This record gives sequence, C-alpha cells and structure tokens, in this order.
Amino acid sequence: MPAFSISAKGLILAGLAAFVAVLSLAPLLRLALTGVAPDGFVDLQRLSDLLLKQRVFTATLNSLYVAVASTVLALIVGVLAAVLTVYTDMRAKTAWVFGFVLPLMIPPQVTALAWVQAFSPTSPVLGLLGLTLPQGARHPLFSSYGIVLLLGLYNAPLVFLTVRAALRRLPANLVEAARAAGAGGWRVFFTVLLPLARAGIFAGAALSFVSAIGNFGIQAMLGIPARFPTLITLIYQQLNSYGPDALADMASLALMLSLITVAGICFSGWLGRRKDARVEGLGGAIQIDLGRWRPPVEAACWVFLATTLVLPLSALVATSLVTGFGQELSLATLTLANYSNALLHHASIREAFLTSLGLTTVAVIVLMVVALFLGYFLSWQRSVEVRLIHMAAELSYALPGIVLGVAMILFFLKPLPVLGFSIYGTVWIILAAYLSNFLALALRPVLGGFAQIDRSLEEASQVAGAGFLQRMRDIIVPLVAPAAFASGIIVFMSALNEIQVSILLVSSSARTIGPMIVFLEEGGSSTLAAAVGCLMIVIVLALMLVASGLSSRLPKGALPWQN
Amino acid sequence: MVAIDIDNAAKSYAGKRVLDGVSMRIDKGEFVAILGPSGCGKTTLLRLLAGFEKLDDGSIALGGVEVSNKHFTLPPEKRNVGIVFQNYALWPHMSVGDNVGYALKIAGVGSSERKRKSLDALDAVGMRDLSERAPADLSGGQRQRVALARCLAANPSVMLLDEPLANLDVHLRASMEKEFLGFHKRTGATMLYITHDQSEAMALADRIAVMDKGRLVQFARPHELYREPRDEMVARFIGNGLILPASSIAAASQPGQVMAEVFGTPHRVRAPLSGRAGAQLSVHPNDLALANDDGEGFSATVERVVYRGSHNQVDFHPDAMPELSLTLHAPLDRAVAPGHAISVRIDDGWVIPAAA
Repeated sequence: MPAFSISAKGLILAGLAAFVAVLSLAPLLRLALTGVAPDGFVDLQRLSDLLLKQRVFTATLNSLYVAVASTVLALIVGVLAAVLTVYTDMRAKTAWVFGFVLPLMIPPQVTALAWVQAFSPTSPVLGLLGLTLPQGARHPLFSSYGIVLLLGLYNAPLVFLTVRAALRRLPANLVEAARAAGAGGWRVFFTVLLPLARAGIFAGAALSFVSAIGNFGIQAMLGIPARFPTLITLIYQQLNSYGPDALADMASLALMLSLITVAGICFSGWLGRRKDARVEGLGGAIQIDLGRWRPPVEAACWVFLATTLVLPLSALVATSLVTGFGQELSLATLTLANYSNALLHHASIREAFLTSLGLTTVAVIVLMVVALFLGYFLSWQRSVEVRLIHMAAELSYALPGIVLGVAMILFFLKPLPVLGFSIYGTVWIILAAYLSNFLALALRPVLGGFAQIDRSLEEASQVAGAGFLQRMRDIIVPLVAPAAFASGIIVFMSALNEIQVSILLVSSSARTIGPMIVFLEEGGSSTLAAAVGCLMIVIVLALMLVASGLSSRLPKGALPWQN
Repeated sequence: MVAIDIDNAAKSYAGKRVLDGVSMRIDKGEFVAILGPSGCGKTTLLRLLAGFEKLDDGSIALGGVEVSNKHFTLPPEKRNVGIVFQNYALWPHMSVGDNVGYALKIAGVGSSERKRKSLDALDAVGMRDLSERAPADLSGGQRQRVALARCLAANPSVMLLDEPLANLDVHLRASMEKEFLGFHKRTGATMLYITHDQSEAMALADRIAVMDKGRLVQFARPHELYREPRDEMVARFIGNGLILPASSIAAASQPGQVMAEVFGTPHRVRAPLSGRAGAQLSVHPNDLALANDDGEGFSATVERVVYRGSHNQVDFHPDAMPELSLTLHAPLDRAVAPGHAISVRIDDGWVIPAAA
C-alpha cells in the first residue's frame, strides 16, 4: 500500500531548492567561472595582468586597509560601549543604546552625506558652534582617514550587539569568584571578562570587516572625490566607463573581493575558536559601581553621541531646509522646497521612491513565505539538501552586495529561456538580487522563532491527522508569526536602505532610492540629496516604531536596537 | 484482538543500534508500560509506533493493518494514534476546547457535534468548565488532563503516553496515577505508557515490557517481574533488587524449589521449572532478615544503619564477600550498630535462569 503521490512537503522543498539555485547558486557560480575563465579556459596570464595592474593592486590594498583599520576602530568603540552598558551603573542606558545603534539603521550613503555636510567649510552647524574650517582646503573627510573613521563608527554598533550578547551570557559568579580571589575591577575585566567574551568579540570583528569591505555608500561618497580607489569603487567605475564590456574584468575583481571577504570571516572565526571558552550557567547582573567616575563617563558617552549622531544629522536636516548648499539656515532662508521637489516635482526621485517601496514590499512578502518554509526544514528536517540551501543563502548575504550585483548581471544579461527577453535593466533583476541577498537576513528571526516552539506542538497536530500544509497554517504560522513579522521589518529596512546591491543594476528606467542620493550628490544637488536622506531616515524611524510596538511578542533579541 | 503487533523491530541512528529485534503483541484494551533506563530505546519505540521514525527492519501493525516496515511508513496523520506528550504539547494559541476538538475538525466533524464531543472528553477528565481557558492559564496537572482529553477526543485506536508524569511534582503524580487507572477503566482504551520509573509502571500497568540497550528483556505482569526476573538487569531494576552468588544448586522436595548454597549456607529458594538455573540469586531487601541464631544464615558485618520510620534500613556486607554491599529491613526493636557481626537469613529468593 505504499503511496506514490508526490507530497506537498517534497514539492515545497524542491521549490526552495530551485529558488536558491536560480537566485544564489547559479549567479555566483557564473561569477566564479567568468572571473577565472571568461573564455572557457583558465587564463592565468590575463588574471595576473589584471590583478597586478597598478590601479587594481592599489585598490586591493586600499580595500584591505580601510576594512582592517575601521574594524579596529569599531572594535574599540563597540566593546567599550558593550562593557559600559552591560556592566556599569550608567544611567539612561536605554536611550543611549537607542542612539548608539540608530546609525546602523540609517543608509550608509545618507550617513556619509550628513558627515560630509557637517564637516565641510560651509558647514551649516559648525558655524553655530563657533568653529570654522579653512576655506578652500580639502574636505577633511575626503581621505583614507575619513573613510576609516566613518566605516569604523558605522560598524561599531555591529560589534556592540554581538559583544553585548556574549557578555550577557557570562555568569555573574565567574566575576564574583575573581573578586573573591582578590582581583580588582580592571584585572577582572582583562583576565576574566575579555577572554570569555573573545568568541563574541571576534564574531563582531568578522561582521564589521565584511560590512566595511562591502560598504559602497561610504567608500563611494568619500573615496571617489578623494581619488582613493578601493575594489568596490573600482568595480562601479568600470561599469560606468565601459558598460557590460568590462564584465570579465569586473567578475575577476568581484571574485577578489569575495575571496578577501571569505578569508576575513575564516580568519576571525579561527581567532575566536582557538581557545574553548564556553561557559555554563545563566548570565547574571554583574554591576560595576562607577562611583565618582560616573558623571564624567556618562558625559563622555553623551558627547560621543552628540558628535557622531546629532551633529551630522542636524547638518543634514539644516541642509535639507535651505535652497543652496552653504546657505545659512535662518527664518528667512527656511524652505520646504527640497521636500516638495523630492516628493512631488522631481519625477525620477518620486519614481525611485515608488520603485523601492514596491520592490521592497514584494521582496518582503516573498521572503517571509520562503523563510517560513526554509526555517521549518532547517529547524526540524535538516538534511544535506537543506543545509546546502542554507549555505547558498548565507553566502549571498555575506558577500558584498556589489559582488552579487555583478553576478546578477552576468547571469541575467542574456535573454531568459522560453520568455525570450532579458531582465537586465528592468526592476526584475533588482528584485532577483534582493531575494537572493536578503534571504539569510529574513531567515534569522524566523529560526529564532522556531527555536522557541517545541517540535511536539507540530507532532501533536500530525497525530491529530493534519497534513503538512494544514499544520503549517493551523499550528506553525500562528506560532512563528511574530518572528516572521520581525524578519519582514528588518528586510524592509535593509532593502529600502541598501545601495550596494542595486548600484550596478539600476538603469534610467529602473531606479531605486538608495543610489539616488549618490547620483544627486554627484550631480551637485546637495540640498535635494539631504531632503531625500531625511525622508529615508523618517521612514526608518517609523518602521522601528511599528516593530517596537510588537516587541513584547517577539523572540528576545529580534530587534537589534532594544536594550 | 491484537491492537499492536511489533515484529522484530530494528532501528539505528548513525550506525548505533537503538532498537534491536524487539517483538511484542499488545491486546486491545490492555494497559502496557514500557519500562527502562534512559537510552534503552523506549522513546524510539514510541516514535516508531506513531510514525515519526522509519523502521530499518521488521514491521509494526496497528489493529491488524501493517503501518511500518523497512520499505514503507504510513505517516502519523494517517495512523489514528493518540499521544500524550511529556511536555503536553498543548497549542498555546488555541483555547482548551479548540485543542481538544482539533482532531475532530481535521476529520471534518461539524462544529456542534465537535463541541459536544470535546466537552464529553473534557468531562472525562473533570475539566468541562475550563474549555474556554487558554492553556497558559492552567496548572501542570490541569494541562496534563487537557492533553489526556485531547487524546481521548480523537478516539484513537491506541494511546501512547510518553512519560506523562515526569514533569509533575511528587504529590500530583500519585493523584494522576489514580486518574490514569480510572481513565483506563472507563474508556477501555489500549494504552502504551513509556516510563523510567519502575514503581509507576508497577502501579499502573497490566503488563510491563522491560527494555535495556535496545532489547526487550522481559514482557510480563508486574508480580512476575518482581518474583521471577529473567535476568540480572531486570532483577536489579525492579524493587531495589539485590543479586547474590548461588552455588551447589540441588532439587528440593517441591517442584519449582531448589536448595542453593549462598555464602556457604544452604537456603531453600525458588527456581525456574524448566531450563538451566544460573549462578545468581535474585532477592529484595524484604526477603532478607536478621537470623536469631548463627546456624540459620550467613554471617555478615553491619556497615550503616538508617532509621526509616517503620523499620531500620541496615546496609551490610557478607563476611564471605566483603566487597558486596547489601541491604535489609530490620524491625526497630532489634538493636544493631555499624561494625556488629550479624547473621542474615534468606526468606525468599529466585534463581535467575542461565542465559540461553
């Protein structure tokens, strides 16, 4: 009596495999192939010519330099912030953490724009503080230091979040035991806390490195005017100057960038794993009394936020409210013209907003469904195929977005079989890239949701006679829904903010809002760019508010900005 | 009629045998306990019966219909079995009534009849009034009852209970044991009860299947397990059993009885009617007693005396084998203290059959 009918489960698993194969595996394989052997054979001569070219060599070193240096900066700032907020009796932690993590939610190109405007000779805010930069001098941020500074500050919250999670897991009695053994505060910090948090610290370093090396927004906004080429800006400029003809070279460069990324992940993973520092027991409230140092430490923390968040953002807001960049903001010059232009009159901006919103919404809906099913298989029916699907999804997320962009062009440039047209240059290729890039991101909260429910809940419904899809509908979806919703919000924000995935894929007929800011700034419309940047921040804040309203129903840690 | 027929079931995980040629037949309406230490394969057996795992070899039939063999596994949703999970597995997003009625809804039963049947099932466990509650608002014992009612409402051919009392405190356990017995009597359901607690199994089951290392060691009524264990593992596992070395076994006047020499002293004990007697004697603390004079038992030395209220628990070692630690229950009026020389009498014992 064996049943030979194809099960719903099997069909869905096949669908998931096809989804990842077409959107992630095939494009990345195509990229690897084109990067190494564009004409069907491995041409080492071409590769060495290309990679040893002065410009490429310099760009590679520059990429490595900014990624490593900014990671060091992010580590120092992030670890300090984590230790202060987890262990000390600093006041108003919740508000400070919100302000500290907020930059992570703001598109990097908007951050870069805000900083550029805040520290330019005609800065709208430095003047108010009685500071001036010499006229005519080179902008201080248009330099390798500027890139390192902004990348480091941008990624510090990433380090902060992973280190904080690691610190919170440390049992309080380990510190108490060290205290009882006679160790003072600093000694406890350096001999007990830091060594135990090391896995978390290196995980944060890996995230920071990967994020920095693939951060197009900051590298392009500062690096291009500074004539400081990195791999990522080089790829972008290649496409701009030569079009798709340069694809083979772009593929090789993208491959190089991928290799550095993967090497960085592996290296920090190795550093974090070298010593086993697993701890048992529950985290507890270790409180370090700052004593008379509390007021100065708190003051330093808030001055940091004022300088790195309030100052640039107020410059951005001020710029968005005047008609010309450099104009002083006063009641007489105050205008909302940039906003009305951005929303109503400037057709390409309006369309970019609509395109981005549409693409993001579709990507969120598709990815929530895919993540629910994939999350089910990953949590409860792990098999070799499911692991492969997961690995492919993680790879497309970990590699810099621009690499995925090159892979998408390579894979989708030719007309599609059967349909007979190419999706290159249309919104569909951007959607494909979003689905590929953000699947792993959508999956994380969902996996957290699955981890919170016991498998026996599904088994009980199976025993009651419910088939797979019915169990999904009646039992699993209602229980995982809050987590799926959180993943929807996070994907929505990331896709709306992103620039590095779509920067190579946008065309005159298909533009997203992320790259728009770069185009506007390059075109000299700083005030309009500022208004668009402010609008994006408003959208982000609104989304954060919506998600926070649901936080009581979400798995712990699903929303990164909550303390 | 046979409700469950397991024939030579085998299952391995990653090359490790967790179930090794297990066969058993369970009649309709029987209450059977599967008893064994953790890792003995009892949970695997339950998951095989439910259809969550696939058999490597052998077969399983429910109500005369084969549901599992090495080529084919009928999925759980088509087996009409009921499970009471260890953690109850009540769906937190549904009310108590909806939990109980879910299987009927899947089966397409109309809403008014469904409601009636779920209330009946809740009635059977004394929870009728709580049908609108959310599972989160119930106590541990109440959740247990709802899980039982949910299982009952589906009218399954077999009910599988996976250590249902493991998460309850001691007092609740005793009262739930009574509930289970009453429930079984009222419904006449075939029940398979997984547990590692031998006293729970002895109190509840018609028959007990003792498992060890993936094998079924003995499948018998509780008193048989206690009085006539088939091997050393069962003898030790049931009723704090003790093992003594026996030698020079000779037939006694009555059938089923033999004279065995234990620590140099002859004792009259029970032995299997057929088959070869082994060299091990199974006794329980209650079977050992302090002898009145030296000729009556073997000599031993007291290690420790623990006051147990109704009696003294005396831990001692036989002088012939000082490394063996044994226990007996002594009346409170017999004064014994650590280091005392005593003489121990064996009132009852069972010679464990030699391994085949």
